[in-house]
Amino acid sequence: MYGKGLRALSLATFAALTATFALVFFYAPLDADQGFIQKIFYVHVPVAIVTLCAYVLGGILAAVHLKTRDRRWDLRAYVVIHIALIFNIIGLLTGAIWAKASWGHWWVWDEPTLVSFLIVFLLFATYQPLRFSIEDPERQARYASVFAVMAGAFVPLNFAAVRAATATVHPRTFGTTEGGLPSQMAWVFVAAIVAIALLFALMCCYEIAAKQTRWQLRALRRRLLGSEAVAPLGRSAAPSLGPDPTGARGPAASLPRNPAEAAS
Amino acid sequence: MKPSLALLRKDLLLERRAPEAVPAMLLFSITTFVLFHYGLARDEVSGQLAAGVLIVTLLFAAILGINRLFVSEQEEGGFDGVLLAPIDRTALFVAKASALFVFLALVEVVAVAAFAILLLGPSPWPALPGLILVLALLNLALAVVGTLVSALAIRTRARDLIVPIIALPLLVPALIAAARLAAPLLAVGGAGALPTKWLAVLALYDLVFGLLAYAVFDFLLED
Repeated sequence: MYGKGLRALSLATFAALTATFALVFFYAPLDADQGFIQKIFYVHVPVAIVTLCAYVLGGILAAVHLKTRDRRWDLRAYVVIHIALIFNIIGLLTGAIWAKASWGHWWVWDEPTLVSFLIVFLLFATYQPLRFSIEDPERQARYASVFAVMAGAFVPLNFAAVRAATATVHPRTFGTTEGGLPSQMAWVFVAAIVAIALLFALMCCYEIAAKQTRWQLRALRRRLLGSEAVAPLGRSAAPSLGPDPTGARGPAASLPRNPAEAAS
Repeated sequence: MKPSLALLRKDLLLERRAPEAVPAMLLFSITTFVLFHYGLARDEVSGQLAAGVLIVTLLFAAILGINRLFVSEQEEGGFDGVLLAPIDRTALFVAKASALFVFLALVEVVAVAAFAILLLGPSPWPALPGLILVLALLNLALAVVGTLVSALAIRTRARDLIVPIIALPLLVPALIAAARLAAPLLAVGGAGALPTKWLAVLALYDLVFGLLAYAVFDFLLED
């Protein structure tokens, strides 16, 4: 039912990650300057790229929500931004480790990727508090989508501004893929991007499946045990839909779509 | 256009009869200059430091105005009035952004003068034409983003907390560009030329967020 194709996606992600790490450690040549620590490049840069793309994707999903008024798009935008925030933290931490190893400082203001990453993190970290401070679920979804559209457009603009403002210490990944980076490294890098993107997609699918299963479970419990047995939903930053927002199929089709409606 | 002008007139009239946002922003700015004087332990600032102190102070002062922007609408039913009237909803956005722009300009007339007297080392006169252009572009950015964030936050539970934490990161590119633009203007030894790159960044920021905010503002006024 929910989570169709999750097993195949999980296996593909597992295989891609294993293959990538095998390539990183046994195939990719050691960097002449930085040595072993350069291998963190195969985690840090793909995570950074996936995070930034995910934020833009979140903005696009939110725009679709505003256009169609279908709350499932809000759920997707929420999940994508939520997982992207986690990836963002991973990107900041790996970036700091790399900066410490290669330049001797945990934080380098000259590095536009790291700095714009921090700014973007600070902005998107307000997504959940904003959602949490709006109680009405419909308004929460709408306002959060407006925020996500603005913030999604902010990501490339901020990146350009921060890059223009800093001296260039950071290795230019895109510039060097054809030129400086050896072809072996380039292939491993492409594999790493694919693996990290798969991991991101897998985590999003798991979170969506988990949320839908939880709503389904609530609906079934309410039907079997009566509404007193199910505690009312508290305030939450997460979008709240019925188990099946289209109301067309599933065992809970006859139930009220929105838990908040049922509670009132 | 006419509804926007009427709404703008109402806001300016309200502020003139019961001044609230502008005096608060102004006092805040001057107090912040005093704080910077002691915090930096300097009698005079110039160049990038002067630009940073001035722009950051104006940014924080703008947050006060952004917080108050829609309070009268929320408390006195102005939103319902706009929704009931047969006008485009974006008229409210245009009016509020213009009002914020005017408030910021009024604040800056006094705050920049105070800055020049209290903290600025070099003479402010040669920098003035360039500074007016930079501050106008910065005000546009603050007005557009501020109006949207204010409308976003006005119906949340934690309005005063939401406004600064969303608006400040959103305004970082505008701050970078404005501070880089103002630095050569306030440098020792006369005003330098404006860096075109940063002028373009600031103008692009105004354009992108202006259009975006105009497009999505409707969705904040639906209930």
